[in-house]
Amino acid sequence: MAILIRKKPGIKSSEITPKSVYLDRRKFMKHSLATSVLLATDAMLPAWAKKWPDLADSKYSTKDTPSTFEEITTYNNFYEFGTGKEDPAKNAVNFDAKPWSITVEGECSKPGTFDLEDFIQPYALQDYIYRLRCVEGWSMVIPWVGFSLADMLKTFEPNSKAKYVEFTTLYDKSRMPGQKRRVLNWPYVEGLRIDEAMNELPIMAVGLYGDMLPNQNGAPIRLVVPWKYGFKSIKSIVKIRFTETQPKTTWNEAAPKEYGFYSNVNPDVDHPRWSQKKERRIGEPFWKPKIDTVLFNGYGDQVAHLYQGMDLVKNF
Amino acid sequence: MSLNPEDKTIAFVIKPILFTVCLVPFITLVIGAVNNTLGTNPVETMTHETGEWTLRFLLLTLMITPLRRLSGKSWLIKLRRMLGLYAFFYACLHFITYIWFDQYFDWMEVVRDIPKRPFITVGFTAFVLLIPLAVTSNNKMIRLLKKNWVKLHKLVYVIAVLGVLHFLWLVKADTLEPLIYASILLILLGYRAYYQRRKNI
Repeated sequence: MAILIRKKPGIKSSEITPKSVYLDRRKFMKHSLATSVLLATDAMLPAWAKKWPDLADSKYSTKDTPSTFEEITTYNNFYEFGTGKEDPAKNAVNFDAKPWSITVEGECSKPGTFDLEDFIQPYALQDYIYRLRCVEGWSMVIPWVGFSLADMLKTFEPNSKAKYVEFTTLYDKSRMPGQKRRVLNWPYVEGLRIDEAMNELPIMAVGLYGDMLPNQNGAPIRLVVPWKYGFKSIKSIVKIRFTETQPKTTWNEAAPKEYGFYSNVNPDVDHPRWSQKKERRIGEPFWKPKIDTVLFNGYGDQVAHLYQGMDLVKNF
Repeated sequence: MSLNPEDKTIAFVIKPILFTVCLVPFITLVIGAVNNTLGTNPVETMTHETGEWTLRFLLLTLMITPLRRLSGKSWLIKLRRMLGLYAFFYACLHFITYIWFDQYFDWMEVVRDIPKRPFITVGFTAFVLLIPLAVTSNNKMIRLLKKNWVKLHKLVYVIAVLGVLHFLWLVKADTLEPLIYASILLILLGYRAYYQRRKNI
């Protein structure tokens, strides 16, 4: 009988120390022990067992303490798997992200449909520790694995008519049970102006904490735009389209007065139903006050120039 | 055989049991807060739980009269005050959570928030209207106010409608849960309208 033993040739000393060390080991241990074994095992995997244990850190990564794996994977909005924030973790368990293909179309010279592996292959993966600010008033710090959106888009050679980029999530009721109820106009669509998309910050994320992206966080591939409210960072993408006109985005269509196309994080522009001045940083003790929200979620140095001369109250 | 248990049974068995049962959501929250098991966003959990229990107790209070009439168990009326006071109790907890953990005593912001956000305006109004009802819920006040007491306590219908609106105007897209509360309230109010009409004929 053949016994399959995973070969681990030449482990570098740097790999023996779990990557979790740089992400606050104690916090890891505490949460891992306290929570379900299933979740804990994933977070406690030694670095060499992770898919991408040793990536370089993006120069845009924040020094803020990352939220725990448990926080990131059990509390989020992903209406395709239910409208409660604990729903995605529960309902995405059986989601199978394989096989997966992505169609690129519209105003570009190299459109096509690609297998996920082929789609990702040309780009250099990095760790990007980005702040995420939800429009509901809470925030996290998330160590994504991904690659530059701009690098990816350039591959398809958008033409001069490409003024916007539109992204679409998978629409498949049998795999995404939340789509059986019409709480939103499926499929979920998001979009960016081309200069926003070509900025150095946005990434296509394929991983979290050095490993594959969990289903509930938008497996197998999602967008991350750190200076905009979280719902702009569309998950489980199957289509990317270059367009001349502004894409009709899902939340904007659902409630145009509440969710603008831009949806830049801005403490001075309230959501009509609640203030955006402050945010609750997930993981902070509940008896502590909320923290101040910063314009463009603190990424003003990289993105403020995109909106020069624009009225941000009008173009919320 | 009478449908009504003896006064002693109500006072010394039924009421203490009900009192304890109604405290369970509160105790659960306190234990959760102490052990840090209120989920990833404890303040959100506290806010939603206390808010929903306020609505539930309001609806339970409004259920007593129809239940009493339909079942003939007139003793149920003796439980109504406690349920109403529990609605007020959970409303207080809900309000404290908002002032303390959500706004962190930023009174300026609170004062701005209440008139500016319609869902908070109606929620706050409902809370304020609950206060005179709680204050006048004792026997002495009932005797003192006589007929006016009944008139005053009709405010509970307004409060319940405002409470459901508060929930409905808060949600982003999924209105299922508030609409369930709205439907139950509609049935309870509809029953009263129907009963009045029949009585007047």
